[in-house]
Amino acid sequence: MNLVVSAIGQGLLWALLGLGLYLTFRILDFCDMTVEGTFPLGAATAVTAITNGVSPLLATLLAVVAGMIAGLITGLLYTKGKIPSLLAGILTMTAIYSVNLRIMGKSNISLLGQPTLFNGALRDLPQYFDSVTLGFIVVVIITILMVLFLDTDYGQAFIATGDNPTMAKSLGIHTDKMVIVGLMISNGMVGLCGALIAQNNGYADINMGIGTIVIALASIIIGEVAFGELTLNQRLVAVTLGSIIYRIILLAVLQLGFSANDLNLISSIVLAICMMIPQFEQRLNIKKPILKGVRPHE
Amino acid sequence: MNKPILELKNVQTLVNKGTANETMILKGINLQINPGDFITIVGTNGAGKSTLFNVIGGNLRADNGQILHNGKDITRTSEEDRTSFLARVFQDPKLGTAPRMTVAENMLLATKRGEHRHLVLRKLKQNMDRFTKLAATMNNGLENRMTTATGALSGGQRQALSFLIATLKRPDILLLDEHTAALDPHTSLNLLHATNERITKDHLTALMITHHLEDALTYGNRLIVLKDGQIKADFAGAEKQALTVDKLYQYFED
Repeated sequence: MNLVVSAIGQGLLWALLGLGLYLTFRILDFCDMTVEGTFPLGAATAVTAITNGVSPLLATLLAVVAGMIAGLITGLLYTKGKIPSLLAGILTMTAIYSVNLRIMGKSNISLLGQPTLFNGALRDLPQYFDSVTLGFIVVVIITILMVLFLDTDYGQAFIATGDNPTMAKSLGIHTDKMVIVGLMISNGMVGLCGALIAQNNGYADINMGIGTIVIALASIIIGEVAFGELTLNQRLVAVTLGSIIYRIILLAVLQLGFSANDLNLISSIVLAICMMIPQFEQRLNIKKPILKGVRPHE
Repeated sequence: MNKPILELKNVQTLVNKGTANETMILKGINLQINPGDFITIVGTNGAGKSTLFNVIGGNLRADNGQILHNGKDITRTSEEDRTSFLARVFQDPKLGTAPRMTVAENMLLATKRGEHRHLVLRKLKQNMDRFTKLAATMNNGLENRMTTATGALSGGQRQALSFLIATLKRPDILLLDEHTAALDPHTSLNLLHATNERITKDHLTALMITHHLEDALTYGNRLIVLKDGQIKADFAGAEKQALTVDKLYQYFED
């Protein structure tokens, strides 16, 4: 039971990563590798700030700002520098590695004995309920903000930019600006996720970003596979549910006797299987509604 | 004499600039477009028709010459900023609509063409009646698919929607780049009729590229023949009325 509660808590916290990537990967149609650097950047910023006496809340906000700056850099490389999206993200991600080492001064910082968002007001909750509570609150707030944003004139122009840039431009939408704003919001959320995970784990590590893009994609794709055809707002909720399902799958795999060292291998296998489901569907001609959401991207 | 709404003065464009393959595509275009003009444009492949539209639309910069909108120099104005007075329908139905957004959502985007978009809630429901009525004017059942993602529409419906999107907020200049060429004959004719009706009724100023000489003669009050990057002929009014397909065809031979 404890393990399942822990998995739900982890799923909620990590959902922010999936929600952030949803904006770029699904809506802007931009495969943003920056997140592999932004996630540990958020962690490094928050943890370093906290160990230097900054309040956990302010430290977390600093992590969001740091993430947004990373997104801005990738956005500028892509729009002004005309560097292909994948490479622009990889360049920023690689550069951030050094920045993270500069911020932390060493490759690992512990939060032992330091205040965090989890040992403040949430201190008296039973084990793992702190991450469930905080994760739930943050995910609900972020999801509501995203729904509202996408329902504004600005948000609609943002969606159109990803859907058909030629058309968006012909309607006077400044698509470059939209891409930059999207990358900033997305990476701000990833920075937030990194800050929360680091505080939950009790440390920041220089290598904690490895595999994060796969984890984010897994939440998105599992959500789509599990819930099929949905409206945009429902899809955002599905990302969070997908993130929780993914954690439960990992839990099950660990129970089978795999070790935590195998996690990246398992993550990749889970994602690969989910992404191949449409192929199986065609070959075997299964038409379960459960498979509807994973048609290859247009 | 009306003041021209758009004027091109000796507009030239180059490709492969600074290399041995440097070629001039538009070789000094001079054109005055008056309010209410409906100009059909014909010419061989490579004559520069699409380049002319790109230069007017702003996604290609003129290397020489000037473009004036109501007397104001817009030669260096960006493509996005020109959309405040200019709208465009492309040949490919896929280019004019956002596939994952619904018909109504696409139309809502078009109501703000060339305007700043703010963080205020969109007003989709309040506009639904108006959009449905507009869609019905296309006579192809588009009004019954208002909440369908445009990716699921037929090419004809999608292109009709592209046309609606371009004209929803009245443009000073409407560019139609062979916008019916990708459609079957019947659908194409239907859209051409709707296009003509809308342009005539609303006194829109429009330029239409076409490869069908009959269409070029039937529609519009002016006809321009582009050849080798230059305007070879410019027929207006009675002169255009007297023109025949045979006479027009002579411009394509040499």
